[in-house]
Amino acid sequence: MSDNPATSRIQSEIDENDVVLFMKGSPMFPQCGFSAAVAHALTTLQVKFKGVDVLEDAEIRQGIKDFSNWPTIPQLYVKGEFVGGCDIVREMFESGELQQEFDKKGVEYAA
Amino acid sequence: MAMDAAEIEQLIKDGIPDAKITIEDLRGDGDHYAAYVESTAFEGKSRVQQHQMVYQALQGRMGGELHALALQTSTPEAK
Repeated sequence: MSDNPATSRIQSEIDENDVVLFMKGSPMFPQCGFSAAVAHALTTLQVKFKGVDVLEDAEIRQGIKDFSNWPTIPQLYVKGEFVGGCDIVREMFESGELQQEFDKKGVEYAA
Repeated sequence: MAMDAAEIEQLIKDGIPDAKITIEDLRGDGDHYAAYVESTAFEGKSRVQQHQMVYQALQGRMGGELHALALQTSTPEAK
């Protein structure tokens, strides 16, 4: 896609993990209410996911916004595809659509 | 810097002229809003694309001076 190191790191995270959440803080210790809400939805559905803390890396923090053409964090990727930010994920979680999406795409659940 | 609801509404209107917009100031602090946007322009678009259109209309303010705007989009017949 480009020689930008942030872009290649983002690309490899979403290639290597079924479910990736770009967030502020970690799944255990989210640093923002919106990130916490999405991490909570994923934990509730018991899906295995990788949290990438954008606060640890300013290039990823800006890079993911450019990558997805999306201005805010958190951002959820499932099997390489951008699913949405906090509002969309919350809406999908509440309607049961998120679970369906995970089942349809055959993601791995936490043991 | 906070933005007022009328300014947010105007920007969305400029970007998506037929949009029906409802904005709520969630905490009354001029900094945490919820917006419901309905437009025929969203037809055939994914939810991600619909939100991207609204963010586009906000011209980079989202995530900057506009920290918290909970967004819900729909098309007229989806209701």
